[in-house]
Amino acid sequence: MALLLIAEHEKDTLSPATLATLTAAKEFSVPIHVVVMGSSVKKVADDAASHEGVEKVWCVEDPALSYPIAEQMTKTLVELGKSYEFILAPSTTFGKNLLPRIAALLGVAQLSDVIKIDDNKTFVRPIYAGNVLATVRSDDPIKVMTIRPTAFDRAAPGASKASIEAYAFKKPEQPTATFVKLEQSKSTRPELTSASIIVSGGRGLQNKENFTLIEQLADKLGAAIGASRAAVDAGFVPNDYQVGQTGKVVAPSLYIAIGISGAIQHLAGMKDSKVIVAINKDPDAPIFQLADYGLVGDLFTLVPELISKIGK
Amino acid sequence: MKVLVAVKRLVDYSVKVRVKADHSGVDLAGVKMSLNPFDEIAVEEAVRLKEKGSATEIVVVTIGDKSCQDSLRTALALGADRAIHIETSLETQPLGVAQALKALVERESPELVILGKQAIDDDCNQTGQMLSALLGWPQGTFISKLTVKNKEIEVIREVDGGLETLQMPLPAVLTTDLRLNEPRYATLPNIMKAKQKPLEILTAEALGVDLSPHLKTLSVSEPPGRKAGIKVETVDQLIDKLRNEAKVI
Ligand SMILES: Cc1cc2nc3c(=O)[nH]c(=O)nc-3n(C[C@H](O)[C@H](O)[C@H](O)COP(=O)(O)OP(=O)(O)OC[C@H]3O[C@@H](n4cnc5c(N)ncnc54)[C@H](O)[C@@H]3O)c2cc1C
Ligand SMILES: Nc1ncnc2c1ncn2[C@@H]1O[C@H](COP(=O)(O)O)[C@@H](O)[C@H]1O
Repeated sequence: MALLLIAEHEKDTLSPATLATLTAAKEFSVPIHVVVMGSSVKKVADDAASHEGVEKVWCVEDPALSYPIAEQMTKTLVELGKSYEFILAPSTTFGKNLLPRIAALLGVAQLSDVIKIDDNKTFVRPIYAGNVLATVRSDDPIKVMTIRPTAFDRAAPGASKASIEAYAFKKPEQPTATFVKLEQSKSTRPELTSASIIVSGGRGLQNKENFTLIEQLADKLGAAIGASRAAVDAGFVPNDYQVGQTGKVVAPSLYIAIGISGAIQHLAGMKDSKVIVAINKDPDAPIFQLADYGLVGDLFTLVPELISKIGK
Repeated sequence: MKVLVAVKRLVDYSVKVRVKADHSGVDLAGVKMSLNPFDEIAVEEAVRLKEKGSATEIVVVTIGDKSCQDSLRTALALGADRAIHIETSLETQPLGVAQALKALVERESPELVILGKQAIDDDCNQTGQMLSALLGWPQGTFISKLTVKNKEIEVIREVDGGLETLQMPLPAVLTTDLRLNEPRYATLPNIMKAKQKPLEILTAEALGVDLSPHLKTLSVSEPPGRKAGIKVETVDQLIDKLRNEAKVI
């Protein structure tokens, strides 16, 4: 029996979230096989094969996989997955969209957002926006789970060389969605979920123009930009900047929350940051209850001062 | 087009839940319960489809104990036409719910099923994807826009990399993200009218599905709290702390 890790990839390498999932996979003490799917993924397969702990890489190539549509990937993964004891994927929108399908067709439960592996059938995962941690046991023959990337370090490439084998693509028999387009928010800043510093803005910024204050501070610090749901809903920034229960979960070494009140749904996405700074004019804002350093005052005077003084 | 909407009754989003002293579960006694916010958005989207003339009938369904009929009445007051309660005293989990919904889809033959992307109690984010796979229907998850074009739909999905547009034939399964719409409030006359709308009660046995949970919660606990921080008085102090104490810049 072995573990199958479904790889998410970007260009020619495994995604950072997949590398964190690989670290989690190593805790099971069983052989790890990685499956890479795409229209042309030889380089990704090489990347996967170079990581220590990986024993075999399955390479599934077909033009239908040029964009990851969950229905296109399902049949192949169910066929391949049924001879494994564990199936893991990162808890990103890619993994969340795909993995429950595999579990359902294998007739087993899925565990979402696993943050700790107690033993081969006992796992810890957050519920209620991270206000509660549940220790859950699965007695299903196959344990299918998404791994929360911020809970595990990213595996580093090693010198090892796993075997790479082709696995045949199984075309779905039923209708599937087709890809039309992806509107990517272009940014030269670090990616939100892997940045070591994040500057995040909320409704307190009032409008899109003022949000440039967050951008200026982020650029001074070489930081990524995050936002509360209120800031995204109001159109200050694109949807993929949202941090929280229903957005991205981040754990940078420094998180600076500006004009964010600290609703539980927002805290769910950032409370595992190493150091938290809050700037808010309301001394009773809940964000101050978990900020390591709180600065009470008007962001429109404090942030410009910070930008001018913090210079790199 | 007939639309089926799945709704779950759970702890209101504004409540910070507490763990029971014996760590066996979460204390729900006397806690405010509501319709899952994502499911409210799902109902609203179906109602808008009906107002636009794309949907002909909206059926809402929930699986749970008797108290869940509250959430069906709420959905009826928001504009659903009829409700189905699959009654069970078991804790519901995504796989069982998806299997029950599949059986119901086979009975009701809707062309569109709309679910929330995530129940905010278990935070699973699984049921819609499972249902799509079991039915063999295309899926559009985490959507922030829906356009119906004859027998096809186009959706915009909120994904990690931005906004993704997909096209798919009907029938299909959709799950809602927060920015899909802003749900209306139920008006008093509509709440009154909802009491007269049909509500059918079914059992899992009648649908031929087994709702027994696959996962067992052994214990729950509160996450480790953060140590209390300090307030700094000035920007200079803050910079000094970040540089020399926390050493993060
Ligand atoms: C199902 C569900 C899921 C959700 N998921 C998420 C999620 O993933 N992420 C998320 O963030 N939210 C989420 N929310 C929303 C969440 O409940 C809050 O509404 C949201 O986080 C509030 O954003 P905010 O802090 O920017 O706005 P507000 O709560 O309005 O706070 C604004 C803050 O700015 C401060 N301020 C105003 N002006 C100034 C000034 N001049 N100087 C300094 N401070 C100022 C105010 O004192 C206030 O504290 C979700 C809600 C629901 C129901
Ligand atoms: N017990 C239930 N009854 C009806 N619908 C449910 C139930 N549980 C989950 N759902 C639906 O599935 C969605 C996702 O739930 P989950 O996969 O548990 O996060 C919810 O938003 C509902 O639309």
